[in-house]
Amino acid sequence: MNPEEIYKILSDKFGESVLGLETELAGDPNIQIAPAAIADVCQYLAETGTLAFDSLMCLSGVDLGAKEEELSIVYHIYSMQHRHSVVLRASVPKTDAHLPSVSHIWKTADWHEREAYDLYGFFFEGHTDLRRILLPDDWEGYPLRKDYKEPDFYRGMRVPY
Amino acid sequence: METTQQTESKIIELKPFTDEMVVNMGPQHPSTHGVLRLELRLDGEVVREAIPHIGYLHRCFEKHSENLSYPQIIPFTDRMDYVAAMNQNWGFCLAVEKLMAADETKDFAVPERAEYLRVLICELNRIASHLLSFGTYGMDIGAFTPFLYAFRDRERLLLLFEKICGARLTYNYIRIGGVSEIIPMEPGSVDEQNFLDEIKDFLDYFEPKIDEYNDLLTSNSIFSERTMSVAVMSAEMALSYGATGPNLRGSGVDWDLRRDEPYSIYDRFDFDVPVAKDIPELGAVVGDCWSRYKVRMDEMKESVRIVRQILAEGLPDGPVMADLKAVRPPKGEIYFRSEAPRGELGFYIVSDGTPKPVRLKGRSPCFSALSALQELSRGLMVADIIAIIGSIDIVMGEVDR
Repeated sequence: MNPEEIYKILSDKFGESVLGLETELAGDPNIQIAPAAIADVCQYLAETGTLAFDSLMCLSGVDLGAKEEELSIVYHIYSMQHRHSVVLRASVPKTDAHLPSVSHIWKTADWHEREAYDLYGFFFEGHTDLRRILLPDDWEGYPLRKDYKEPDFYRGMRVPY
Repeated sequence: METTQQTESKIIELKPFTDEMVVNMGPQHPSTHGVLRLELRLDGEVVREAIPHIGYLHRCFEKHSENLSYPQIIPFTDRMDYVAAMNQNWGFCLAVEKLMAADETKDFAVPERAEYLRVLICELNRIASHLLSFGTYGMDIGAFTPFLYAFRDRERLLLLFEKICGARLTYNYIRIGGVSEIIPMEPGSVDEQNFLDEIKDFLDYFEPKIDEYNDLLTSNSIFSERTMSVAVMSAEMALSYGATGPNLRGSGVDWDLRRDEPYSIYDRFDFDVPVAKDIPELGAVVGDCWSRYKVRMDEMKESVRIVRQILAEGLPDGPVMADLKAVRPPKGEIYFRSEAPRGELGFYIVSDGTPKPVRLKGRSPCFSALSALQELSRGLMVADIIAIIGSIDIVMGEVDR
């Protein structure tokens, strides 16, 4: 199935929670989903026999810049059974970056969501163990946000070089 | 009085109480393949929980990349999986090339000669990577000799890589649009012939060695006892945890990106994809540590087959670099995955049309495979943890990025 067909199935099923299909830009088209519905949409994609998206290839946070006060999570999902893939995108405001976790659907999302929390400050509701993964536990701020300013010192060590 | 004592002692025997002990394994531990720390919660010798703590080798790859132009990022990818750096270079270049190809106004293709060199070098790099995996796995389990054998052979490969790009581990050889010409090798020249002859000599020497290594370690009864039926990862579990490459094939899933989603020129070569099977007479179960290890041993033979096909055909004439004015992918985004020795290496690139990416994410195969460790190791012995880590073959540079 191609992204257009999947988009049609999803918008028939979830109505207004499916915000649109981005096809204008180069590369992979992506389906925009309302953040509150992302876990339901993923559950549906994983469990419906004709779709059977059984593997989450990649889950990445994206910050497009300080102008757009918005963070996105991009899900690259693949179906081994039907050999088709789809890209989902859920965008949340920087000030309130909460969205449901998908770690109960694909276990690999557990660490990927921890990484997104660690580097972007997303809060995944329903994630059982949301703590920093790559940075030290006492690190402050979320370094991959475009408006991040590194601290002058970390435990007495100079940070900017 | 005596009877009471007897009853009491009986109760003590039936409900033995042991304190849970927390042991830190790593980050400085020879068997954790780098700087991995495991927080082990032990009940005697039994592992109740093994919680991985990573990040000791975090070098902010993704943050750095946002401030570098695309060609400048390639040396950073070298430092992800530093034992298979050619494949990391390639994965990144393929992603950028695919995004650039989406811009229809620009005509752009990787030259044929470069494609052959890429496959040739990356398959040799796969052998080098699996040799390291095989050697260190043996050493983890307690067999020291295979390590020396593996490193002796790997050294010859590293010398070959040094001849073609000047570096032994961090190559920066595969570039966007082709391969590096830092050491010129004219088509049809004596240099090229010598280089190909040297590869052929290596293959003639190396192919029988694989059988020797199988005799030495694979069928060794101590090694088999330690790895067979240990930490069985079912196919569903492997898929759910995002385990890819030899780990997924070790769980019995017949999947290889080189064959199933062929990129570059892999569709021109004839090779098999080794997949683990139950071997009842030996005691191996699909998904155990031994199966994951065995898939790597069999993969080396397939890599040799691919390289031999290239040698038989010879390298095509022509340039090794596409005619690129500037690397400036169009506005858009791409996720591209390729089959690195450790599994599916993906790069997610968001471009705004400038020479620097807005966002670059490296999807590391080891990162996903390592997340399965906690579930795999529950209820096993401490010594089995070593067997699991070696069998999922992690490189911390790639996990932490």
